[in-house]
Amino acid sequence: MTLRRINLTAFYLLLAVLAAAVLYPIVFTFSASFMTAAEAGQYPPPIFPHQLYLGNFKEALDNAPILRFIVNSVIVSGVIMAAQLATSSLAAYAFAFLNFRGKAFFFSVFLSTMMIPWEVTVIPNYILVKSWDWLDSYQGLIVPFMAGAFGVFLLRQFFLQLPRELFDAAKIDGCGHLRIFGTMALPLARPGLATLGVYVFLTHWNGYLWPLLITNRAEMRTVQIGVAMLKNQEVMSWNLVLAGVAIVLLPSLLLLLLGLKQLVRGITAGALKG
Amino acid sequence: MQQSKVLPAPAATAEIPAKRIAGAGMLRWKEHALAYLFLAPSLVCFGFFLFYPMLKSIYLSLYLTDPRGRVARFVGFQNYADLFAGGNFLRHLKVTGQFILYTVPTGIVWALVLAALTYGRLRGMKVFQFIFSMPIVISVGTGSIIWLLLFHPTTGMLNYFLGVVGADPVNWLIDPKWAMVSVAIVTVWMNMGFNYILLLSGLQGVPDALIESAKIDGAGPLRTFVRIVLPLVSPTLFFVLVVSVIGAFQAFGQIQILTNGGPMEKTNVLVYSIYQEAFINFRFGTGSAQAIVLFAIILILTAVQFKVLEKRVHYQ
Repeated sequence: MTLRRINLTAFYLLLAVLAAAVLYPIVFTFSASFMTAAEAGQYPPPIFPHQLYLGNFKEALDNAPILRFIVNSVIVSGVIMAAQLATSSLAAYAFAFLNFRGKAFFFSVFLSTMMIPWEVTVIPNYILVKSWDWLDSYQGLIVPFMAGAFGVFLLRQFFLQLPRELFDAAKIDGCGHLRIFGTMALPLARPGLATLGVYVFLTHWNGYLWPLLITNRAEMRTVQIGVAMLKNQEVMSWNLVLAGVAIVLLPSLLLLLLGLKQLVRGITAGALKG
Repeated sequence: MQQSKVLPAPAATAEIPAKRIAGAGMLRWKEHALAYLFLAPSLVCFGFFLFYPMLKSIYLSLYLTDPRGRVARFVGFQNYADLFAGGNFLRHLKVTGQFILYTVPTGIVWALVLAALTYGRLRGMKVFQFIFSMPIVISVGTGSIIWLLLFHPTTGMLNYFLGVVGADPVNWLIDPKWAMVSVAIVTVWMNMGFNYILLLSGLQGVPDALIESAKIDGAGPLRTFVRIVLPLVSPTLFFVLVVSVIGAFQAFGQIQILTNGGPMEKTNVLVYSIYQEAFINFRFGTGSAQAIVLFAIILILTAVQFKVLEKRVHYQ
């Protein structure tokens, strides 16, 4: 019994060390962003700040339009999320419940989109968006991502698991497909929609290459580009940069707290049902 | 999190038997129309931003372009020939291979160890599960910036910790010998949430009864894990492997922020080289040729994935 106790203690100790290593960069970010310039100037800087100094956040916000970056990212990721929920649920409904000519063909068309990595099409996309004068614009950041096959497959899977008797009964009652889609399929697939929503939002919140290419003006930058550009600002000391990073991290960590379950479901949906 | 993860799709559609409704000619026509209407928004978007650019990429790769992206001269497969004749592209491929070698096995083993330690029902595991999943929300922009400061040769904390344990400081991102290692550390850290979540749920899917019976047969925990649990999660493991390799081929942000492909081209991976060719040197033709090579590599990997998933990997 004592051996077991010692083993268990060692086990928790090991986990604590591993967790500390994984968390360290985040802890470092938040504690540095509370340090005064004097504290940050010491070498080595203290692991934890001696007080909760909020000046860095104010200064970081004054030096760079970080709030604007966040608003841009919320708009871009939010609209993409809403659009993908709409386009994906429509297509998923068609694949799950409607009979039409060429269904197998269209299904393989959707499947094939998953084999084209975005990076491969980025050059023509850039030329296209530029020719439409969409550089430095919300539509340039949003419209190319308004549909995605991943969401279609995820939601189709959800629709197919709903009890068929329900739909047959609705049909017998004279419900059209539009009614069934709006009043039954969508509400019943809410967990699937939530999963897809969190997944899509996070993916585009974290997007890097495309916003880097098509935004030049500071006021159109998304969070990721804006934060990465902080390193080029000579006036900013490193704990100011970290204060900026901390501001940007906060919404993501909040989203994780609220939506980890959805996220886990979205990620595993692709892997385990294969 | 990487962009555009390729996920295996559900097996081909089980066709729903057509409902025979009396006198349904009109109804069926309406159903067809509605179906196409429902597919249309997605198809239009794919058409403009995926299929058309894909074809355009192939087209551009056969041409030389002027700096404004307009086609200047047809050169056929000369762009491809140049890629493989000059040493640069092959070097970028080699660097990409090295990047994969440094990030994928370590990333999977690291996540697997953490998942194996925390998948049980011991007290407090939920907290550790949350911590080890957490890097999933760290984006490439914020994550790279944090590590950029940690790596700083004189004021960075990593060299301070090395000093504490008595080791010599390392010029992480500046030293050609260490730059790739540094980028790999950042990448493994940023990707661990994704790998961990997948492997954890794979492990949690292993029936308790199997583990219990192994215990009764006298197998130790390590033996049980290697001989019984691991084969059962092999589909997940294989999926993580393929997604990680594909993700590694697409790595860009951390390279752009941390090293710009340097020092001495030691971290210039494929997507960074495409970016350089097309958006710094404005050579869209040769950039597209590189993109098509990337496409071919990823297509082969996906095909292999489907083939192997069909037969080799153990399913419950």
